[in-house]
Amino acid sequence: MMQKDIKRLSLILLFAPFALWIVLLIILPHVGMLFISLREKVAPRVYEFGFSNYVNFFTEPIYWNTLLRTGSMSLLVTVLALLLGFPIAYYIAKIAGNRTRGALFLMCLIPLWVSDLIRAFGWILLLRETGVISSSLQWAGLIDAPIEFLYNDATVIMGLVYTVILFMIVPLVSTLDGMDNAMIEAGYNLGGNGPTVLRRIIIPYAMPGIVSGCIVVFMLTAGSYLTPILLGGKNSSWFTEQIYDQFITRYNWESGAAFGFVLLAFTSLVIWIGLKLSGQTLNSTVARS
Amino acid sequence: MQSNTENDLECIQVKRHFGSVRAVDNVSFEIPKGSFFSILGPSGCGKTTLMRMIAGFEQPTSGDIRIKGQSVVGTPPNRRNVKMVFQHLALFPMMNVYENIAYGLRCAGASKEVIRTKVHDVLERISLPDVAGREITQLSGGQKQRIAIARCMVLDPDVLLLDEPLGALDLKLREAMKIELKLLQHQFDTTFVYITHDQSEALVMSDNVAIMNEGKFVQIGTPQELYHKPAAAFVAGFVGDTNRWSGRVSRVEGTIVEVETGAGLTMRGSVRGSGGVPSVGDAVNAFVRPEFITAERSDGKAGKVDANQNVIEGKIDSILFNGANSRVLVRDQAGELIEADVVLTGGTQDLKPKDHVTLSWSAEQTMSFAV
Repeated sequence: MMQKDIKRLSLILLFAPFALWIVLLIILPHVGMLFISLREKVAPRVYEFGFSNYVNFFTEPIYWNTLLRTGSMSLLVTVLALLLGFPIAYYIAKIAGNRTRGALFLMCLIPLWVSDLIRAFGWILLLRETGVISSSLQWAGLIDAPIEFLYNDATVIMGLVYTVILFMIVPLVSTLDGMDNAMIEAGYNLGGNGPTVLRRIIIPYAMPGIVSGCIVVFMLTAGSYLTPILLGGKNSSWFTEQIYDQFITRYNWESGAAFGFVLLAFTSLVIWIGLKLSGQTLNSTVARS
Repeated sequence: MQSNTENDLECIQVKRHFGSVRAVDNVSFEIPKGSFFSILGPSGCGKTTLMRMIAGFEQPTSGDIRIKGQSVVGTPPNRRNVKMVFQHLALFPMMNVYENIAYGLRCAGASKEVIRTKVHDVLERISLPDVAGREITQLSGGQKQRIAIARCMVLDPDVLLLDEPLGALDLKLREAMKIELKLLQHQFDTTFVYITHDQSEALVMSDNVAIMNEGKFVQIGTPQELYHKPAAAFVAGFVGDTNRWSGRVSRVEGTIVEVETGAGLTMRGSVRGSGGVPSVGDAVNAFVRPEFITAERSDGKAGKVDANQNVIEGKIDSILFNGANSRVLVRDQAGELIEADVVLTGGTQDLKPKDHVTLSWSAEQTMSFAV
């Protein structure tokens, strides 16, 4: 009896931090936000229950256009991160020797030691009109007048790919690492050439890693705030900026909360579609990485 | 060198060096059409490297590899008509059985109907006609094995390479698969090259076996030749069980030598190997297989029946009962342990530990190699 009680107590104690974290930091704030998003201001300090905050979002094109723009640019970032990350992950997992593998992985991790903010300012230092790139191009005589590289979509996308690519590489390396080299050799041995082996064996095998990397990268990108603001300026029209504006500039918490939930629903929808298209389940991808 | 199109596979002075390590050193052999050829050697002897060179995953440092008389050195692995069953089979887990077998045909650009008939045909031949729709994880060990072979055989290879594919199976299944592999080889009538470190697999299945050690082929022959007429001490010691003594020659009579072992035992042996007849004082290794030693309970009337018969007295140390392959460990007067095969019927006449026994074996069966 005593034994049983101790066992139960230790289970509760072990589980407590996790439960507290989930309840206090994830569930409670979201329930609060949901509550705020569902009330309408009818007079100062007088509120009524209603969906008008959500209706507002759909009736004002600037809002949902911003969301669609954020969504499509995030998808583009995800695709670019995958295209760039896959060869790197393949090299680390399959081609590099045991010793170089660790070094390469570390090199991927090092940028994470510096804060997002500092890294973004680093880019600004390079790309602004009086920055390193512009002035060295001028010095080399390739351009006559200084060029502003900041505040356009290409820069925002590049900056985002740079910040999130690690989260693509890590799950890819771990899935590719688990792949028996003999499987690739068997692919060649049975008559497949390079592209066939890649398309029919390596990619299907790495699919759970690809999908989980894409989910993480898409979520991070669509929810990122710093990089689009700093590299894209006020014109970046990122949806998180819209939410920030509602909360801080306009002090309209009701609408801000509603936008937050719209973003959550939108990204969840995109991921659900992605999972359906790739034939993966959330379980299989999360378990793999 | 003449190249013979009757041979499915020929290796001519193939070498592969990794730095100063000679993984494969000057290996030459040829395998006639439709035979079962095994390469047997301890781990690290270079057999896997040799196999990978035949498959095209490694390039030989020098030498030539010919398939059906055509040199394949420089041909990429996917263009060689040599298929391989990998050690852990390397079936594709993301495809079902049908897709696994169809993969090679798809790569070769076969039409849908051809693929369907061929896949069903090959599944029929390995007697697993109903598994086409199954996932790889739903198969048993033996079934996976057969699917891995079918996946290669559906492509009609000139040579099928098998890299210790039975290693992961349990004993009972391994015994069954040995017979099955031999039958499959007969049925497909394709040359099988089988790599193993397990001598019983090599002896049971093969038409010819090559014994490999330290990158070199020590001897190539039928299993019987290797067992009864080993050409080198390594072969005598590696193939089958043996009692082994090292000693010096004390007398030479034609091809019969008298050997005095380090522990002071004297026995007569026949000279084997390519070293020629040793002279008195030379170091030799003598090997006697346990089944050629007869152990009888001593009854006092011991006496040499034949001059070429070795007879020694000893006491049974322990009995290793293993059904028909039972054995006794006898400690001789010099204190060494000698293994001898015995028949144990379970009756009262059976040998028991601490019994005094007379061991005898002929000089002919005492294979002596000059060191």
